[in-house]
Amino acid sequence: MQITAVATAAGPMVSCLGSSTPWRCLSENEARTLEAICERIIPADQDPGAAWAGVVTFIDRQLVGPYRRLRKTYQLGLAGTYATSFAMFGKPFVALNPQQQDAVLQSMDKGQARGECWKQVSAKSFFDLVVSHTMQGFYGDPRHGGNRERVSWKMLRLPYPPVRGRMPDQTSTDSAGFTDRKSAKSAKSADWLK
Amino acid sequence: MTLPRVNAVIVGAGAGGGIVAKELAEGGLTVVLLERGKWYTAYDCRKDDLRNQRTSVLGCAFGPDDDRYRRVLVGADGQEHVVLPSDGAYNNDAACVGGGTFSYGAMAWRYLEKDFRMRSTYGAVAGSTLDDWPLSYQDLEPYYTKAEWEIGVSGDDTNNIFKGARSRPLPMPPLPPSREHLILKAAAERLKLHPFDLPMLRNSVPYNGRGGCMRCRWCVGFACEVDAKCGTHNTVIPRAIATGNCTLRTECVAKKIVTNDQGRVTGVEYFDERGRLAEQPADFVVVSASATETPRLLLNSQSRLFPSGLGNRYDWVGRNLMGHAYSGAYGLMETDTYDDLGPGASIAICDYNHGNPGLVGGAMLCNEFIRLPIHFASLSPPGVPRWGAANKDFMRRFFNRCIAVHGPVQEMPVFDARVQVDPRVVDDWGIPVARLSGARHPQDLVVANYISGKAAAWLKEAGATMTWPKLPGKGLSGGQHQAGTCRMGNDPKNSVVNRQCQVHDVPNLFVVDGSVHVTNGGFNPALTIMAIACMASEHIVQTWKGTRMRG
Repeated sequence: MQITAVATAAGPMVSCLGSSTPWRCLSENEARTLEAICERIIPADQDPGAAWAGVVTFIDRQLVGPYRRLRKTYQLGLAGTYATSFAMFGKPFVALNPQQQDAVLQSMDKGQARGECWKQVSAKSFFDLVVSHTMQGFYGDPRHGGNRERVSWKMLRLPYPPVRGRMPDQTSTDSAGFTDRKSAKSAKSADWLK
Repeated sequence: MTLPRVNAVIVGAGAGGGIVAKELAEGGLTVVLLERGKWYTAYDCRKDDLRNQRTSVLGCAFGPDDDRYRRVLVGADGQEHVVLPSDGAYNNDAACVGGGTFSYGAMAWRYLEKDFRMRSTYGAVAGSTLDDWPLSYQDLEPYYTKAEWEIGVSGDDTNNIFKGARSRPLPMPPLPPSREHLILKAAAERLKLHPFDLPMLRNSVPYNGRGGCMRCRWCVGFACEVDAKCGTHNTVIPRAIATGNCTLRTECVAKKIVTNDQGRVTGVEYFDERGRLAEQPADFVVVSASATETPRLLLNSQSRLFPSGLGNRYDWVGRNLMGHAYSGAYGLMETDTYDDLGPGASIAICDYNHGNPGLVGGAMLCNEFIRLPIHFASLSPPGVPRWGAANKDFMRRFFNRCIAVHGPVQEMPVFDARVQVDPRVVDDWGIPVARLSGARHPQDLVVANYISGKAAAWLKEAGATMTWPKLPGKGLSGGQHQAGTCRMGNDPKNSVVNRQCQVHDVPNLFVVDGSVHVTNGGFNPALTIMAIACMASEHIVQTWKGTRMRG
């Protein structure tokens, strides 16, 4: 069952061939699966999540740059995720509901996801990699393709412009509309630790 | 290609080499300063959260690059791994003019008197080559002062009752306190500790022709956009070149030190910026390439008279590699403490550097440098999942309400924590790479645990509702504080250089960088490297004027 699933998944996963997709390295299928994984790692709530922030754009860009040595890991890992979700729920990862997706990711995180598909790259190491890359894409510098419109920095109430001595851009067209720190601060309550 | 002879070739334009270049050039010697990296300026400050010298996941902004450099790391299990500079296991230090001082956090510590007498203070430690330095704090004091005034240090250590006597105050006042600073200061005073404004190689006011810090959040690991950080790249190296006696050659990678049949060095073979092999003859050679690259170059310089490499007659080159076992705690506060004022680190205590019951050494404790979101993303406390909605919520609620206090635990030197040259792996120039092996002394982890507890107590007094520890791993230590691999000592049988940084059995070869440290203090080592460079240069210039290194 799992082996069939890998074969099915691997078909369209011929990557980095410069096809007509918007991606530099990932296939459409890979990108959709990866986006679904990233969105569970940093889900949208009152602030946008990893998908909106462009974390997949970040990872895809790095896979033709500094992370090019990890291309194979991503290919195998995404195929493995597909296979594991098929084995657990009979559906591809992107078709699962969030609770089912979390169950798949938890089984990878705990190293419980096994099988042929995880022989070359372990589920745990692949998931760890995606977690750290998602954090980089969401909280890192927007210049690398993620953190669209500095969304995470706004969430953390980090003032912009980031460089002292330069005038703020009064005509900013950011859709998320940055509010100044004082009003943002008073809007937050501090009850989480109670 | 053999070039015209000069008096001195210096390999490495970092904290040590930059100072030696200036002192020698001003002393009238002709100098060639070789640097494997480029000469960056404030203009090259990209403020890139993922590509800098602190967070190098997308590469090291100021070198070395992942394409041409590699090292071999031998893990605890004996497994060999080829590691790239952007990987923490490489134990990278920047490759550029200024070396680490171009992008460092710039703490400017003098080691304490006891840090030079560790063996006398604590006795022998099993499994460690712990020893005294062949010089004292008092011997080095004038040179600490010289470095502080020539490179530029701000701060105020008046309230540090543990410091050795200083002959001159610091040249610049500290920066105004941040919110975090005020909270921690009051808490430390309530605990009867002795907090003070930690010294920084950073202009707080205009000094030396450059402006003061603008307090941005991209500090440690980044180039300074307003050139307020003081390194050798913007102080002594320009002065060396201005004498007309010093030629700086960038993107030149040293291959080996050349020796003659009389057992003296005659120059340096290196690959220039176009990859051509050149030989620079010189009357003497100074190696200032860092505690990893210096032993690598000495070990790669084998010859008939020196079959195991230069200075390595008794197998001490590359031994005792150490850095610091960083330890501390994080605390969550009830109100916002983050006020977006760099450089962040500003308040310190030396109450736990020595005199910790039953322990050898200790660490200075201070608040952490200003935190970028990407740093906070990996810091979640126990109980907060590292991914998912709860992690995101933690980030959102506590990014502005977390204080970190930590310090560099003084490590016990270990003979088998070492740098060798790998028998198989070479870099892009075909030069055998550094091979790192060994582990920390178990005592370091005990001290780290103790120091972490003290950090947590400070944070709790400051109002932290929850704290969690930051503890070092067991593995090999080196990194940006790397030191110890060409130990200074009086006995050639258990050291590599004498107290003047002269290699014991090669009179015209010197090592001037962190390699010569016998122990590494519970402090960031940059100012000590600079002070030793001032001291060694003075000796070199005097010797030159007497014997021309021919004696």
